Amino acid sequence: MTLAIEVKDLTRRFGDFTAVDAISVDVQVGEVFGFLGANGAGKTTAIKVLIGLLAPTSGSARVAGFDVVTQSEEVRKRIGYMSQRFSLYDDLTPRENITLYGGIYGLSDLDIRARGTAMLSELGLMQVADKLVSTLPLGWKQKLSFSVAMLHRPAVVFLDEPTGGVDPVTRRQFWEMIYAAAARGTTVFVTTHYMDEAEYCDRLSIMVDGRIAAIGTPAALKAEFGVSSIDEVFVRLARPTTAGAG
Amino acid sequence: MRALRFLLRKEFLQIFRDPALVRMLFMIPVVQLLVLSNAATFEVKRARMYVVDQDASTMSRSVVDRLAASGRFARAASSGSVPLGDEALMRREVELIVVIPAGFERAIVREHRAEVQLQLNAEDGAAAAVTQAYAREILVRYATDLSAQLTPALSLAGARVERPPMRGHPAVQVRTRGWYNAELDYRHYMVPGILVQLLTIVGTLLTAMNIVREKEAGTLDQLNVTPVTKSVFIAAKLIPLWVISMVVLSIGLVVAKVAFGVPMRGSLFLVFGGAALYLVAALGIGLWVSAVTETQQQAMFVNFSFLMVYLLMSGLFTPISAMPEWAQWVARFNPMMHYISLMRAVMLKGAGFVDVARQLAVLASAGVVVLTIAVRQYHKRSA
Repeated sequence: MTLAIEVKDLTRRFGDFTAVDAISVDVQVGEVFGFLGANGAGKTTAIKVLIGLLAPTSGSARVAGFDVVTQSEEVRKRIGYMSQRFSLYDDLTPRENITLYGGIYGLSDLDIRARGTAMLSELGLMQVADKLVSTLPLGWKQKLSFSVAMLHRPAVVFLDEPTGGVDPVTRRQFWEMIYAAAARGTTVFVTTHYMDEAEYCDRLSIMVDGRIAAIGTPAALKAEFGVSSIDEVFVRLARPTTAGAG
Repeated sequence: MRALRFLLRKEFLQIFRDPALVRMLFMIPVVQLLVLSNAATFEVKRARMYVVDQDASTMSRSVVDRLAASGRFARAASSGSVPLGDEALMRREVELIVVIPAGFERAIVREHRAEVQLQLNAEDGAAAAVTQAYAREILVRYATDLSAQLTPALSLAGARVERPPMRGHPAVQVRTRGWYNAELDYRHYMVPGILVQLLTIVGTLLTAMNIVREKEAGTLDQLNVTPVTKSVFIAAKLIPLWVISMVVLSIGLVVAKVAFGVPMRGSLFLVFGGAALYLVAALGIGLWVSAVTETQQQAMFVNFSFLMVYLLMSGLFTPISAMPEWAQWVARFNPMMHYISLMRAVMLKGAGFVDVARQLAVLASAGVVVLTIAVRQYHKRSA
């Protein structure tokens, strides 16, 4: 079985500060992989290296079968990304945002219209499809970001805290969409601070101070630490850390 | 290329959805053109003169009358004493002293030549030069008229300029009045240059802010994880403001014609062709600034520094030929200087393609260089 994400001894430093310290992770195709860690543990930095926004200091990483340093354009064609911070255009409408990214990823006009409409109705955003994004509540914007990240049916999608600041009903919807994506064969690499969500992942890793402190299925991790929830595993590992890049 | 179409649509939508931006783009250059073109002039409306007529003859009086009748000079005071005139000049009651020595008329009649002395306050060198040029012109014309009356030909020695009463420039450079601006209207000369400067200020400011604003908003990260190429991205940022700048240029040219009567003696096509090349270079610099800075504040500051050099070394306010050697070298790399000179040549002189081919070539290469740098220095992945 091929790997969707293959990370070996990946390190990223900012001056003297080591944000990501020689991590190694393998993610199987079609897996929902939870990438956990306290604030400042280095999750976002690691993701930015994997999606080609940051150069690694050392080590290697392959995403969707391509090297993130030497074959970054090949990687970019095959990944979707939803950042922690809303990063679509506030001064465009949801439909305009979808059209823009559809066009950039080379979808045909027909595909853009069909997929766009399907997504908007699935997300319950049809009635605001032609309103400016700036007028939408946060949860709706997050749903829009997710659908734009999935628009070109990427092999791997990176979701950086997709459910931050979102109500419980929408969070549930999110996880349904995540499972649906995984069922279609998309590998999902997701970070979260909600430990109940962590239980939904096929496998997960917990990052502490730039290192991966534990990795495995939720059940295996709970057994390893002799506790009844991922929450307790997390608290055991992730003691308060010094602030740094998130 | 398909991606470019979508990115362009997005840029245009964003620009036209911001009413304040649209107003800024189209109104500021036009309003400033109207206001600044009236303000930015080297013309000296009326210089006050102190007349020292030591000849007190018909001819000496007619020299003074000629000067006064031109409207450029007003007789403020007179006496027979040069030192009194010097004092008036020193107190800044007058801008110049006209000294007609005794024996002036006799010299003209007998020797067919005579001297008139002008003393100018050259603290403001540019104004003094213009005043002197006016006076010289009037005197030369007077001499020509006289020689028509008196045969054989007569020459009236031109103005001699003395040191200013305060410390100042030892010599005043004579600005020769051009053939191609026979109406002596400085606005014809200034308007095209001011228009180019306004276009450049507005255009580079918006391009300089553009990419960096997306960096600050976080929207750039989302674009950078897509397979969009760097050159398509830069093109998508350049083209909308390039198109808008061309439209603003057209409006500006209409204003120049209607409000200031600036002639268009050459081909309009050349003016626009030059602009097309020039704007690539000018807006490209804005994009480069935007690509290498991290915040709008930085972009603003860097861009402002560039603009200062641009404007002051464009030859609009100070002639390039008057600059020291090293500054002339710097000015040679200023695309604005080349475009302003092209525009003036085409509009005022009716210069053709061959006459401005050199400027066109410089502008085209500047565009290529600047865009190459902008694309190369824009990174999808930070180091």
